Amino acid sequence: MTRIIVLLKDVVDLNELKIDPNTRRPRVEGVKRRISEVDKRALEAAIRLKEQGGGEIASLSIGGGKTRTAMLEALAMGADAAYIVNDEALEGIDTLATSKVLKVALEKIGDYDLILCGEMTLDSLSSQVGPRLAELLDLPQVTYAKKLEITGSDLRAERDLEDMDEIVEVGLPALVSVVREINEPRIPSLMNIMKAKRKPTEEWDSSSLGLSPEEVRSWSSVEVLKVEAPLVERKRIAIKAETVEEAAVKLAEAILSEGVMEG
Amino acid sequence: MTSNNVLVFSEDREIGFQLLAKGREFADKLGGEVYALVVGLGVTGAHEHFEYGADKVYVIDEARLAHFEVVPYREAVLKAVGEAEPHVLLIGATKRGKELAARVAAALDTGCMTECVGLELDEEGRLKAERLTYGGSSISTQVSNKEPHIATVRSRVFEKMVPSKKEGEAVKLDLKVPESRVRIVERKEKTKGDMGLEEAPVIVSAGRGFKEKDDLKLLEEIAEVLDAKIGCTRPIAADLGWMEEWIGISGHKIAPKLYVACGVSGTIQHAAGIRDSQIIVSINSEEGANIHELSDYSIVGDLYAVLPALTKALKEKLK
Repeated sequence: MTRIIVLLKDVVDLNELKIDPNTRRPRVEGVKRRISEVDKRALEAAIRLKEQGGGEIASLSIGGGKTRTAMLEALAMGADAAYIVNDEALEGIDTLATSKVLKVALEKIGDYDLILCGEMTLDSLSSQVGPRLAELLDLPQVTYAKKLEITGSDLRAERDLEDMDEIVEVGLPALVSVVREINEPRIPSLMNIMKAKRKPTEEWDSSSLGLSPEEVRSWSSVEVLKVEAPLVERKRIAIKAETVEEAAVKLAEAILSEGVMEG
Repeated sequence: MTSNNVLVFSEDREIGFQLLAKGREFADKLGGEVYALVVGLGVTGAHEHFEYGADKVYVIDEARLAHFEVVPYREAVLKAVGEAEPHVLLIGATKRGKELAARVAAALDTGCMTECVGLELDEEGRLKAERLTYGGSSISTQVSNKEPHIATVRSRVFEKMVPSKKEGEAVKLDLKVPESRVRIVERKEKTKGDMGLEEAPVIVSAGRGFKEKDDLKLLEEIAEVLDAKIGCTRPIAADLGWMEEWIGISGHKIAPKLYVACGVSGTIQHAAGIRDSQIIVSINSEEGANIHELSDYSIVGDLYAVLPALTKALKEKLK
């Protein structure tokens, strides 16, 4: 039976993220958190593999107090179990520390045939955790997958690179990261959402993993000094008129008055 | 303890030259040298790296390195790192470069900052970077605390130096290339058409407001009047396949004098790609669409009516 672990990160809902106009800092507190879009597609890919060839899917996340709620969606979609490393003391750790914590968590979870993740999460955009984990676990990696299939103990994937599509094969176990375009994730039915609450969810803190927060923080080597939205002053002029033609003329005049059409 | 040197690598030669310029700046500040690594089979033109600022060029030329594969190339980079013991390692942030940099960083047990849009060394010699975050809506200023300091940088963030007549001798490094457990079955080359977006002074783009591929004709008409290049948002290219590439944080970052977004909602990711436009104009039928916030001028209206009218109005005025 194919045992698949999907790395899922809950991130701030980017559609609801607002920038504080005074400090220019993104207002993160209180904003709804959801599974990062590309990670969700990794989960959908796992579910389709399970539907085709059988298997078991567990999600693994490093998160906080709201992660359990966010992961209900994963369970509703089709994950069989959710594992969450929930420790406030780990907030803000970098990709190096994150991948090491994930490695320890995986050792606790046990055997797997495949680790799936999104090519990047949409909050920090690092694209590192998958390959880092593959390195730590000495696993072959297949990144930027837009098509996936498993036959026996082999995985076949089509990789989306800038200048070519590369079709590859690798023996399991392996780590695969997917691109956003691999699929459209399903929307779970109400019944599945209800069932999700009864699926096993385990939450661990650092000590459950045999780690001390100080130790983990010492692994973190990249420090965020500040986060600020760039200062962009747009005119935000709404062109209005009685008719489309009039509005179009007004807009044409505005464009030409800006002098951007010269040279 | 590392040296004061900088090592630069990209499987894309042009990006390598661009990174050398930054590497040169850092090496001068550190009182060290900048090295370029070139990897492949039958490597030629390594000397060009001297012309673009390298003090030394390492060449690893092996049969199994003919095509990029992440584990063999990881070994090549680690070999060069072992030789140069760089304080800073810069890698081009192509897709291959990013997966490579992450694996190298993990192997070296050090940090890595991805797709940096700005880089500098602080007073203590730590690498400080500016990166897009929160989908591209914000800029994160970060600092790396461990050596070697690794950063990946996309094409065109830095400008390569004006080539000089500098010469040097390439140093060949031998490498026992490991077998890759990933087997390449087929390579389907993509026709990499140059959409010319980065240099275009005027760009018009299509978003999901367009219902059919044939409707892009409306865009072509205004593009002709404005002498503009045509672009689109990610879903138009990646999901619908109407164009090959898109404008946005994961695609092209543009800086035209004029950008006209038609039927584009204005996601954070798209916003990150158009931020440097001088004037942004948008047409979107939804009053609450984010694109209006991002624009200098916007019309809330149906693009199927507004675009032809705008094309006509512009044609009249530009006669």
